[in-house]
Amino acid sequence: MRNSSKRLSAAGFSAALVLLAALSALYLFGGVSAETWDYNIPRRLNILAAIAVVGTAVGLSAVVFQTVTENYVLTPGIMGLDNLYIFIQTLIIYFLGSGEGGMMTSSAHFLLTLALMAGASVGVFVFMFRINGGDVYFVVLAGLVFGIAFGGLSNFMQVIIDPSEFSVLEGRMFASFNRINVDLLGVSAAATAAVFLWLAADFKKLDVLSLGRNPSIALGVEYNRTVLKTLVSVSILTSAATVLVGPITFLGILIVSIARFIFPTYRHCVLVPGTVFIGICILVFGMLIAERMLQFAVPLGVIINFAGGIFFIGLMLKIKRL
Amino acid sequence: MISFTNISKKYREEFVLKEAFAALPSEGIIAFIGGNGAGKSTLLNIISRLLNASGGSVFIDGKNLCEWNTRELAKKLTILGQSPYSAARITVGELVAFGRFPHSGGNLSEEDKNKISEALALTEMEHLRGRFIDELSGGQRQMAYIAMAIAQDTKYILFDEPLNNLDMNRSVKIMKLLHRLSRERAKSVLIVVHDINFVSFYADYVVALKNGRIKYAGDTDSIMRSDILCDIYDTDISVEPYGGGKICVYYK
Repeated sequence: MRNSSKRLSAAGFSAALVLLAALSALYLFGGVSAETWDYNIPRRLNILAAIAVVGTAVGLSAVVFQTVTENYVLTPGIMGLDNLYIFIQTLIIYFLGSGEGGMMTSSAHFLLTLALMAGASVGVFVFMFRINGGDVYFVVLAGLVFGIAFGGLSNFMQVIIDPSEFSVLEGRMFASFNRINVDLLGVSAAATAAVFLWLAADFKKLDVLSLGRNPSIALGVEYNRTVLKTLVSVSILTSAATVLVGPITFLGILIVSIARFIFPTYRHCVLVPGTVFIGICILVFGMLIAERMLQFAVPLGVIINFAGGIFFIGLMLKIKRL
Repeated sequence: MISFTNISKKYREEFVLKEAFAALPSEGIIAFIGGNGAGKSTLLNIISRLLNASGGSVFIDGKNLCEWNTRELAKKLTILGQSPYSAARITVGELVAFGRFPHSGGNLSEEDKNKISEALALTEMEHLRGRFIDELSGGQRQMAYIAMAIAQDTKYILFDEPLNNLDMNRSVKIMKLLHRLSRERAKSVLIVVHDINFVSFYADYVVALKNGRIKYAGDTDSIMRSDILCDIYDTDISVEPYGGGKICVYYK
């Protein structure tokens, strides 16, 4: 049994790799003539790099978030963690003004946002787990409400903000796959890679955490510390993905659910790479559709959210319990 | 040996456990009895560090619970909660392998594998090894989790109502298994049971709680008395001799 499931996983990985290589090649070289080579290839390479970072960040954060919250229906995106990110961005511009805010290099600005995001998630952890006795469902529900509240607050502040400052903010917020924040590609890739390595050391502990809180404590895992570390990681990963291409609410749930179907296991050393590969494949595939079939008329984020949203509703109907 | 002094637990202003103290025998089956809400589960959860007490201290082998390294303690003591469940795709074999985590850190050695096979054999779960736990019946799943606790191979095993929702045949099997573990491997099994007759036939020591306080504690024989049980459960219970033991009748 163990061997056959290992073989299946290996087959899944090889298939995903082949698919990924084929899709990337198709995307990179499809329809390029000698005249457009110099324009298209660097642009497409940037997009592929961004897709790799976003797929990794969203895939990793979705899997570990589901593990620590013990549910397979919610992801950081659905919880509105990206709304928190935009809210923090808005706050920074609002209070520092585009004068100083604009003076800051975008990397420094990004790192400041990262620190605030990590701080905010620690705050959420301490508040929810220490004061409310660690009920994850409460955290999830409160997170949903907070997500909506942060979205509304951001909207409000964007209305009263100085118009010229708003245009600065707009440039930072409304990134998409067609308008990738190229300046930040390096730093967000570095942040994602660092978090991946930091968290990979804990994959075995996270495996145990799939059993739930009490069994994992009985098995000697430092539960609170592991959950805290995971939530901080998730907030950094969400920021890294959102700064590059803007919020994509339903990407996480789409790829993690497909991964759970293809790799029916709790093992993070299989599930995380599987989700990441599937995420990258789907993004490249979506990009192909958006560019070649729909001629840039519909942004990739909209396509993913359309497919992911339908998928999410289907998932809710199938599971019928949170 | 497990002992505790003055443990209390209160939610808001209400005590669910008040100034409990005892020194439990270091071997055999120790049963915790009492009505619903008497504080049995709370006590077990506090002893096993799943729940923080509002006051008081627990000592495991003479060392204060808060001084134990959690991984080291997991080699000494484990707890199996009420109706354990996980939505993750885990097979029975993998679940039992989790029991070795405190020892192996996730990389199984030959010894770990032997312990896993042994636990599966003891619980008669070998034939279900490759099945996913969400495809098992309630009783089979309970057995799988018990196998995990056995594989963990701790001196102290705490069970919170392991007989919940099980039929008679399986309940007897589990109690016989726990009895064997306590006799053959010198384990100390702490167990919350509602069926008073299982306590009478299998337990060596009984701790009886009422309204958050430990009211009686002693050898099973000394607790299996009509007056004590009536006091604990607030209902008429007569204790009759039966085949060398005692049987409690409370149906009429």
